[in-house]
Amino acid sequence: MNLILALIKRDLTLTLRQGGGAGTALGFFLCVVVLLPIGIGPDQALLARIAPGALWISLLLSVLLSADRIYQQDYEDGSLDVMTMGPVPFEIVALAKSVAHWLSTSLPLAIAAPILGFLVNLEPAAILPLAIAMVVGSIALSLIASIGAAVTVGLRRGGLLVSILVLPLYVPVLIFGLSASQPNAAPGLTAASLLILVAIALAGLVVSPLASAAALRSYLK
Amino acid sequence: MELNAQGLTCERGGRIVFRDLSLSLRPGRLMQLTGPNGSGKSSLLRLIAGLNESQTGSVTLAGGSEDLTLGQQAHYVAHQEPVKGALSVFENLAFWRDFFGGGDVDEALEAFDLSRLSAYPAGLLSAGQKRRLALARLVLVPRVLWLLDEPTVGLDTSSLARLVTVMAKQLDQGGMIIAATHVPLGREPDVRLDLGAAA
Repeated sequence: MNLILALIKRDLTLTLRQGGGAGTALGFFLCVVVLLPIGIGPDQALLARIAPGALWISLLLSVLLSADRIYQQDYEDGSLDVMTMGPVPFEIVALAKSVAHWLSTSLPLAIAAPILGFLVNLEPAAILPLAIAMVVGSIALSLIASIGAAVTVGLRRGGLLVSILVLPLYVPVLIFGLSASQPNAAPGLTAASLLILVAIALAGLVVSPLASAAALRSYLK
Repeated sequence: MELNAQGLTCERGGRIVFRDLSLSLRPGRLMQLTGPNGSGKSSLLRLIAGLNESQTGSVTLAGGSEDLTLGQQAHYVAHQEPVKGALSVFENLAFWRDFFGGGDVDEALEAFDLSRLSAYPAGLLSAGQKRRLALARLVLVPRVLWLLDEPTVGLDTSSLARLVTVMAKQLDQGGMIIAATHVPLGREPDVRLDLGAAA
């Protein structure tokens, strides 16, 4: 447990000191959200209708932006080699690094998104459901991003490839996330969607460390 | 306790680097790996560390822990240094202490004369100082087997002497060291393995 906390603390410190974590991702998020009304036009009703979808898509893209950093540096400087020789299974290392990515990038984005919703005329009633859905969904986003980052860790400029690999996997999160963000949906639908979102996050919690560790090991060979 | 490797074969990108390689090492012994570039010195060390897989044969540590893999009982110091520039020298080692569970950071820094630089950002270290920081991990957490890949690169004379001292202590305590290097290590190796000749 100390080991997991040490890893998370180290990754958070590194993101804070080197930049490129929540700050950059938030800036990118803000840019996309600001560009949308400019591109679509100042039709308030239209903006309100597409606001949750626009925020969700901006969230997916912003999370992806920093995904390739999860393992890249540790792979290049040999830290990952040493981490395979630690006292715990390598899967735990992968899990801890995903959690660090969630805490440093996805969670701040998920919290900031509903606030930035004002820029796209998000209905006040949608703020709370959107915030809850995004916090839950962001767990799944970081875990899935970890798989993409691990699969491309040895490739130069793998950033774009991560997006191509990971975005299709984000579709379920997007669908159920959006459905859980609708304040005017039929009774029960929001709760059911939220539960499915939780299920996706839990499945990711199991699958992602296994898949990420396997992909990383094959690169270390 | 004895390290045994039987019939190891290493293939990299379709080329057989070495085949049917066997070695054994007893506690308190130092093995020096030599051989021309590309003869598989690094591959052999990574293979013993469990980072590569051998196509044939096996590596075992007789008398070692049954619950741990060989890699979990060994230290591996590679060409690159797992040193984070954004962390201080102390924080770098403190992370590895927490990761491996235990060890005295100050003692490890002292062993490689890094105490003065403790609060210094590791990103500003010279190549030799970075190497010393990577080597300090050896002292930080005791492990029975050390796998050193060109450990002397970038070290000045006094740092080399410190490495020799640290290695002597490990051997005296019944540890084992396999070092891939062409530089004299300050003491006669107990075993020499020339991979160029073996291939």
